[in-house]
Amino acid sequence: MSTTETQPTPAAAEPRHGLRLFVIWLILSLAAVLLIWFVWYPHLPPGRMSSSAKHQQFDIAILAAVAAPVIIFVVLYFVYAIVVWRAKPGDDSDGAPIYGHTAVQATWIIGTSAIVLFLAVFGTVELIGPAGAGAGEGPSPIWTLAGTRSATWTPGSDHILEVQVIGQQWTWSYRYPQFGGMESVSLYLPIDTPVEFHVTSLDVIHSFWAYQLGVKADANPGVDNVAYTTPEQMGSVTVRCNELCGIWHGAMYNYGQVVSQSSFESWASGVQAKEQADGLLAALPPYSLTYDPTVVPQLGKNLVNVIGVTGAAGYYYPSNYPVQP
Amino acid sequence: MSVAARAAALIAAFLIVVGLGVFVAFYYIGSATTQLTTVHYTASGGQTNVVLQEDPSNDTATKPNWVTYYTQDPATKQWVHTTLFSVTAGTKVNMTIYGFDGCTPLRNNFWSQVQGTIGNTVTVQQYSKTNTTLGAPQTVSLINSWADCNVAHTFAIPAMGLYVPVASPNAQNSKNNLCSSFPCTPTSGGAYAAETFSFIAPSHTGDYRWQCLIPCGGGYLDGNGGPMQTLGWMTGFMYVVPS
Repeated sequence: MSTTETQPTPAAAEPRHGLRLFVIWLILSLAAVLLIWFVWYPHLPPGRMSSSAKHQQFDIAILAAVAAPVIIFVVLYFVYAIVVWRAKPGDDSDGAPIYGHTAVQATWIIGTSAIVLFLAVFGTVELIGPAGAGAGEGPSPIWTLAGTRSATWTPGSDHILEVQVIGQQWTWSYRYPQFGGMESVSLYLPIDTPVEFHVTSLDVIHSFWAYQLGVKADANPGVDNVAYTTPEQMGSVTVRCNELCGIWHGAMYNYGQVVSQSSFESWASGVQAKEQADGLLAALPPYSLTYDPTVVPQLGKNLVNVIGVTGAAGYYYPSNYPVQP
Repeated sequence: MSVAARAAALIAAFLIVVGLGVFVAFYYIGSATTQLTTVHYTASGGQTNVVLQEDPSNDTATKPNWVTYYTQDPATKQWVHTTLFSVTAGTKVNMTIYGFDGCTPLRNNFWSQVQGTIGNTVTVQQYSKTNTTLGAPQTVSLINSWADCNVAHTFAIPAMGLYVPVASPNAQNSKNNLCSSFPCTPTSGGAYAAETFSFIAPSHTGDYRWQCLIPCGGGYLDGNGGPMQTLGWMTGFMYVVPS
């Protein structure tokens, strides 16, 4: 009995999925990185008003440019698998078993290691480069300061301008020790001058956030938290509290200005002269990196024992006051 | 139960929980302001006269030992237990504050300086250590709360750059000779201070928050609670309304 053998129909040639995926990924990634760098980057927060802000904007752009190809790869593979490798109706068979693929594993390990190591080095360099990246830290920085410390500040010098930021519920004030310790509710800063913020609080924990300057540092009572920046553009600065500090936390904001060095000196000298004439400079406590609000120089420490003092400047309430939950 | 019925029950339960949350939030937020009266001051000749006082205690049943501001109704001259008042946009606001509370050193003596008033000054009358009546009015740009303990609270509208220390009886009078019937009046006995100052109301209408910058919440941690942060007591709103 003869039999007729039928030749199997040759299967359609399987496309080179890997190459196809790579080409699509490369095109999309290139487009995304170009868009990020040339379109998005110039508009990223917090802008380029200071050295800190400029570096933060650069950091965000770099991170976005690094992350975009990774995200595109994940999404592209997901969509490609759904479209191309979707099971046909009635096909209940399993896919081909995979027991390991050295090239894929090596690519994954090397690729992710390279990205993580790059980010570690990049992050360290960007932290040190702009002297702390605008964040609060201790009084003895490990990086080189952008100027020299001095008891005075004059236009054109390389002296660091020292500004003390004092938070209390619910407002900010600023002291300038190089101008007689004068204090103001306005944050004025000279352009192209390294600034050293000394941030502290008189009551609860606040957070000094000068948004356009890219500076954010916690204001803790009894703590001198230091942050550095160099304003590089003139304009207005919004200062907000960035730590929930009570029911009116949302109202704790004010404004500042970056002005020319000569305008700043004129303003600071004028405020100093007025406060000298008004007697305020004599009434203020000596400039200090932190303040103990339970100490009033004229009244001593134990305010609660001073006859007639009824209120609450520091821990002013005696122990017999009711304890609140 | 069918899948559709279970899904419907789940959605209904979710909406009920969210609705309850929204209701409770709005109920409490609303109750903080809706129970307070707003005193309306109208301008005359381009000027608005506002009268406040601050007392060491008050006449409420729930919080009688809370320090508080009162606002005077311009029509009846009665003291209203509220910190909400309205003024006319762009007018000159002449404010009088009676200080019946005892002195408290400012936590930051910077606020001893008068800022944001016309001329950056206030006119103040105080009892001295020896007098039993108000002294002569003095116009000053600074009331040093640390020198003679003669500031009780502040009246500050940060959004306007207005920071005014409110004078008080001196330490000896604060200890022995404060008003004890609330709301106090200049004729009810006890030492007090009277302070007047003027400022220009913003030309733009809006709600301007004001507060005391002394942590005056007696009984609360470091004074940062209770009356200091509660509308109707030591913080409030100045509503700037169109003419």
